[in-house]
Amino acid sequence: MASGRFRPPSRFAVPGRIAVSGSTAAVWRTATLTGIRRETARAATFRFAVPGWAGHVPGQHLMLRLTAADGYVAQRHYSIASPPDDGGHIELTLDHVEGGEVSGWFHTVARPGDRIEVRGPLSGFFAWPGDRPALLVGAGSGVVPLMSMVRHRRAHGLDVPLRLLVSARGPRDLIYADEYGAETTPVFTRSAPVGVPVGRMSATHVAPVMAEAPPGGWEAYVCGSNAFAEHASRLLVEAGQPVDRIRIERFG
Amino acid sequence: MHVTRGFTGRPRVSDPGLPPGQYDAGDDWPVLSAEVTPDLAATDWSFRIDGRVAEPRTWTWAEAHALPTSAYDGDIHCVTGWSKFGVRFGGVSLDAFLDMVRPATTATHAVAYSHTGYTTSLPLADLTGGRAWIAFEYDGRPLPAEHGGPARLLVPHLYFWKSAKWIAGLRILDHDEPGFWEQNGYHARGNPWEEQRYSGD
Repeated sequence: MASGRFRPPSRFAVPGRIAVSGSTAAVWRTATLTGIRRETARAATFRFAVPGWAGHVPGQHLMLRLTAADGYVAQRHYSIASPPDDGGHIELTLDHVEGGEVSGWFHTVARPGDRIEVRGPLSGFFAWPGDRPALLVGAGSGVVPLMSMVRHRRAHGLDVPLRLLVSARGPRDLIYADEYGAETTPVFTRSAPVGVPVGRMSATHVAPVMAEAPPGGWEAYVCGSNAFAEHASRLLVEAGQPVDRIRIERFG
Repeated sequence: MHVTRGFTGRPRVSDPGLPPGQYDAGDDWPVLSAEVTPDLAATDWSFRIDGRVAEPRTWTWAEAHALPTSAYDGDIHCVTGWSKFGVRFGGVSLDAFLDMVRPATTATHAVAYSHTGYTTSLPLADLTGGRAWIAFEYDGRPLPAEHGGPARLLVPHLYFWKSAKWIAGLRILDHDEPGFWEQNGYHARGNPWEEQRYSGD
């Protein structure tokens, strides 16, 4: 078109990071559960073999469905926890939601060998290909897509700066607690080890990582409940992070 | 059909208002915007329609409120899977705005855009005939900022990503131009009754 694509007068806060294939997302694939790993009292990681999985970029999610004998179907979106190139496997870390028909099945019924269906990977806006310096901010199971990024960077020995601020109620509620390294600052809201302050994520957590920002600044990725996302994104804006470089994924 | 061993699911409720693959969110109203919620005062809000129209025009908050009010009572459906029943939005029918700018006979689509720069694309036919609104109120109160206040587009017969929050304008086009989610793999139209979630559905 001579006039070119329409561009809104204000730049969109979160332009997509990667091109997304419509064809891979359209296909339902059978995923076989190969292992279950407990993370916390409330969360566990489910590992699947997915023949034909197209591969994902850290931060992407998938859609999953369970089918009852009478044909009733329950579908949910879940972030992918594992890095790309995991040998045809993907991992999901799921909270056991009270009364949740899907998470309840995973936490109380599922066992290795069970088969479910998935389609994806989906969406490109929360994806991190490992290129730009990344400031990751998550709470609870909001850390799941961020962990895919941390694992990807580690697996490939990438030099690109990356920092993770992760909020949990206490040390026992911190998912992937044993995997964090120097890139991570945990924030504990209810209980903490001796000498570690207890309280909500605040400017005192954000300021040091903003001060470390590499030339060109951070690309910020925020994931958690809506209340956490609103709180954390305001902290980032108040600390000087540009709104058009904050990507937010909210539960729901 | 691939039956999942041991999966029974929730008690079945026969609800003709629930599109395929959706569940009833009850009292919840999840917030799923991908950007920082803007700090947008009603006095700073404006709404513009231009493109393939006879008379492009911008409305201020007061000018938009001078138009006849119109309410939507019904259901909304999010592509992530939840539906919310019995919601009530207050605002102005989009027809009232479109009647004033008069879209060209060649107009077929629109890009709706937000004060944040978010975009979403829609067939023009889905925005006319009393099926779309500019909404200022939810349940009789000002629309909360995290739900798109002071004003959002409301197109409740399509998945809710089409109902752009913090609506700033419509560009009327004679062709389809994918918006933000449409470029990110989501469906061009997004009809929940045909489960048009992703491109290819």
